[in-house]
Amino acid sequence: MDFQAITDRLTERCGGRITGSNAEAADPWVEVSADGLLEVSRFLRDEPDLRMNMLHCITGVDYFEPDEKKAAKVDWQPHVEVVYHLSSLVHKHRLVLKVVLPRWQDDVEGRLPEVPSVSGLWSTADWHEREVFDLCGIRFVGHPDLRRILCPADWAGHPLRKDYEMPSEYHGIQAR
Amino acid sequence: MATESTDPPLGELEAAEFDVHTDEMLVNMGPQHPSTHGVLRLVLRSDGEVVTEVTPHIGNLHRCAEKIGENLSPRQFIPYTDRFDYLAAMNMNLGWALTVEKLMDLELPEKARHIRVIMCELNRIASHLVAAVCYGLDLGSFTPFVWGFREREKILNLFEEVCGARLTYSYITVGGVTADLPPGWLQQCETFLNEFEPVIDELHALLTSNAIFIRRTAGIGVMSAETAIDYGCTGPVLRGSGVDWDLRRDGEPRYTDMYDGYSYEVIVQTDGSYPQDHDYPPVPAAAVLGDCWHRFYVRMLEVVQSMDLIRQAMEKYARADGEHAVKVKVKQKLPPGEAYLETEAPKGQMGYMIVSNGTAVPWRVRVRSSSFCNLSVLPELCRGVLLADVPAIVGSLDLVLGEIDR
Repeated sequence: MDFQAITDRLTERCGGRITGSNAEAADPWVEVSADGLLEVSRFLRDEPDLRMNMLHCITGVDYFEPDEKKAAKVDWQPHVEVVYHLSSLVHKHRLVLKVVLPRWQDDVEGRLPEVPSVSGLWSTADWHEREVFDLCGIRFVGHPDLRRILCPADWAGHPLRKDYEMPSEYHGIQAR
Repeated sequence: MATESTDPPLGELEAAEFDVHTDEMLVNMGPQHPSTHGVLRLVLRSDGEVVTEVTPHIGNLHRCAEKIGENLSPRQFIPYTDRFDYLAAMNMNLGWALTVEKLMDLELPEKARHIRVIMCELNRIASHLVAAVCYGLDLGSFTPFVWGFREREKILNLFEEVCGARLTYSYITVGGVTADLPPGWLQQCETFLNEFEPVIDELHALLTSNAIFIRRTAGIGVMSAETAIDYGCTGPVLRGSGVDWDLRRDGEPRYTDMYDGYSYEVIVQTDGSYPQDHDYPPVPAAAVLGDCWHRFYVRMLEVVQSMDLIRQAMEKYARADGEHAVKVKVKQKLPPGEAYLETEAPKGQMGYMIVSNGTAVPWRVRVRSSSFCNLSVLPELCRGVLLADVPAIVGSLDLVLGEIDR
């Protein structure tokens, strides 16, 4: 199925959950609301003619420009995106899902934004969500064991946030 | 070589092993342990000889390469990709180069395409050799280890000839490859392939059909096709479970175009048999699809397939004209947008994502590692196995911690 056919099927069933799409991108994507992610994902995975049975990758992208001069020129408001790369080994088609979140929950700095976990649908998500939580600071609600995976358990901050500052030392080890 | 019939009946003894209950014990394995293939730490919860739970702890090699990628131009990032799967650095370079080329919508000269096939398939042989012979070492067999590394050394010599490096090549780059093949290189490569061919038979005799090897791997760590797909397992781990999926055939055109005009078959057991163009040992009776033995066997057959691909590529290269690369500046401006691409690396599907805001330095770089997903299935595979089978299962997944920790 091509991108158009997949989005048609999606709008037909979960139209209210779709908040945007781009068919011209190098990898065409569909944007869904955070509260609709599970419904859309389950539909994509289980529908016989879609069968997106493999989740390849989950990526967190932070849109924030710490430099004030440059920040005045960008054409977006600060936010974070979670990107899901899906494909079907049965039908050999692909889809990119996106969820847009605020950088901080309720705009309180330090409170991580929340998105439902898809680890119940694809086990790949288990470790990938832990990684995105660890490095990008996004909380996956419903994840069975959401703890850091690459950084040490007592690490402070989320390194792939654009406003992250590398600590000068860690347990007496000079870090920079 | 009949193996099963000479085995003593061990059914009762094995049953006894599973029957001994003791106090629950926590066993730490790694991060410095020879059979964890790097700095992988496993915490095993065991009852007697039976493992009830395995918890992998990773991150010892973490250097946040994705963050480094946000501060360098794509061409400057190439040497960092070498260090992901350092046993197959050519394939790592290729994935990143293709992803950036996808974003830039760059067309490559014919010659570059065939050089890339030669290098990637040679590196696949080298990587699978390490996987196979180190696996033998994990299970107590030393000879194939030495023989395998002897052959790998010859591949490294060939790589040294083209780019000067033996491990971290940075040879495949955005726009093609850094240099054309030196004169006389094709003959050297041909000589290697001819010398290497009989060694495969020796490795099969030492490992594939070895009675002890079969006892240690057949029927151990069985993974169903559903589990493999669910956990995002790819490469020989996925094909070892009988899933007919290889990105060289099923990937995006940006990648499969590289293999356009080549003839090859995906190495997977379908309808109970592997592609039959060889006389290598048959599948032993004790082996179950999706077990350690099948994962090993898929790699061994892929080595032969890669040799065939290299021969085809050398022929095509000899007939191709043009340059070995198109010019891409070190600080070339990138078009704004996003691109994600996966390639079939020796360990599985290696994916890169690049997000660009129109400057020369990417806004975000993402690396999707095959070993990362292949390792995540380990707790599932190790539930209820014997302690001694854990190294056998870990080894069969062919992990490289450089790309897991990134």
